Amino acid sequence: MMHESNSTNSDFVIPAKAGIQSDQIAGFRVKPGMTNSNNALLQVSDLKVTYGGIQAVKGIDLHIAPGELVALIGSNGAGKTTTLKTLAGLLHPASGQIHYDGRNLHNVASHQRVAMGMALVPEGRGVFARLTVQENLQMGAYSRSEQHEIASDLARMYELFPHLAERKNQIAGTLSGGEQQMVAMARALMSRPRLLMLDEPSMGLAPLMVQKIFETIRDIAALGMSILLVEQNARLALQVARRGYVMESGSITLSGAASELLGSDAVQRAYLGG
Amino acid sequence: MEILLQQIINGLVQGSVYALVALGYTMVYGILGLINFAHGEVVMIGAMLALSALTALLGLGAPPALALPLSLVLAMAGCMALGYGIERIAYRPLRHAPRLAPLITAIGLSIVLQNLAMMIWGREYHSFPQLIANTPHNFGGAIINDIQIIIFVMALAIMAGLMVVVHRTRLGRAMRAVAENQHAAQLMGVDINRVISLTFILGSALAAVAGLMVSANYGLAHYYMGFLLGLKAFTAAVLGGIGNLRGAMLGGLLLGLIESLGAGYIGDLTGGFMGSNYQDVFAFFVLIAVLVFRPSGLLGERIAERA
Repeated sequence: MMHESNSTNSDFVIPAKAGIQSDQIAGFRVKPGMTNSNNALLQVSDLKVTYGGIQAVKGIDLHIAPGELVALIGSNGAGKTTTLKTLAGLLHPASGQIHYDGRNLHNVASHQRVAMGMALVPEGRGVFARLTVQENLQMGAYSRSEQHEIASDLARMYELFPHLAERKNQIAGTLSGGEQQMVAMARALMSRPRLLMLDEPSMGLAPLMVQKIFETIRDIAALGMSILLVEQNARLALQVARRGYVMESGSITLSGAASELLGSDAVQRAYLGG
Repeated sequence: MEILLQQIINGLVQGSVYALVALGYTMVYGILGLINFAHGEVVMIGAMLALSALTALLGLGAPPALALPLSLVLAMAGCMALGYGIERIAYRPLRHAPRLAPLITAIGLSIVLQNLAMMIWGREYHSFPQLIANTPHNFGGAIINDIQIIIFVMALAIMAGLMVVVHRTRLGRAMRAVAENQHAAQLMGVDINRVISLTFILGSALAAVAGLMVSANYGLAHYYMGFLLGLKAFTAAVLGGIGNLRGAMLGGLLLGLIESLGAGYIGDLTGGFMGSNYQDVFAFFVLIAVLVFRPSGLLGERIAERA
């Protein structure tokens, strides 16, 4: 398994900023907020979020370099979803900074973040159950205006998810959970994101479907897109990711190369049932 | 037989107006889960604005063929601005408040608008100028006049147009997406405030048209006309299944028919004890019956969403 994950990591070819890649492959432990902070696509510093009266995120630092697949793992209630919702602008931070592409997102509304290239596939997928599959995908391209490119992206999505092509005129609410996850991912991709955030894509899916979804995540990452993957299924997430953060009750307790985390005793004991 | 046909014609014409107003209720409910009880007053203000514009334009010597459409456009513009303002000022600050707060606000707003209209236009009935020859046509023994034909055809055309907007355009898709899941719609890059504003604006434009239609059909406009009309249109929306556009149209036409047929036959049914002046009773009888026996309405749906 470890070998497989390493080989996958080296498949992520990022033409620019080769330095980052060699760092990762060498398996150096990356401390949050220290490396690559100047050219990171996403830079989060000392983020605190209060949600429902409790401090769900207690001052975290993380960053994602262009083209990186980063996993954020942790148990239920650790604050992973709150973190993603805050990054997407659905929740407002109590304090701390989020910089995306060098820009402070403090006063940027969630719908504007989509236009800037941030896309979140939310927990529970958030598929529009009463819209058709095709209408869902068209919603994904809402912030774009070039009709020709949207049409060709739509065709590309049906190539990437042939299963959806057969069902494009079907009401999305009638699809299975796995199919809905595909709709949610294809829909997010329709916005042509530079940073794709996935919240528990494996949740509630049959093992075969989980495998399929993760294959797709690898394919997307191979295109050079930056991905922040939140998962309870730590093993799967760390197998596809290059780096990982471990979150526990609102704080990041561990971070580093995914292969290192997979091998670390603490992670083994807490999340991998080893 | 002629009486039956006559009642059906009258019912369909009145029902098409109810349908236009009911659409305004149902669109706002669909997107915000809010019953905008001030919507009936928007209809009234539409009628009043149209009438004032019409009087002014005719006074300036404009030909009726120009004055009528122009006053409709002015009334629509006025109501669209009003609808936008209502949402922006009265409802948006209460978006996350308990459900009772916007409901009470809606009722208060309705009273404010009524009184405002009374201050501007007075308490008297305003008669609608006779502009169209309004020739009555014999239709299988029943009579239908030009204004009724125009109202019915125009209402159907507007409803068809609305369905195209909602089901075939980017805005319509966004409206349906926001109605279903506001957070997910935001994640698609939809500015939900903008979509909600546009929904109010669209509903208010329909209300203005309906206001002009009612006052043209009855030949009268009055600051109080929006109250009963609004309640009936709300009933129509509930009858069809509130939140459902097709339901609002169906509910409007059905309510018009029920009212008209009820008024036509209530005398016979009660042996002359009750007359057609009990017409208004039917709408509320329908409302109660729907709430008791089928609260989700005729086309109301309960979609089971998969997790």
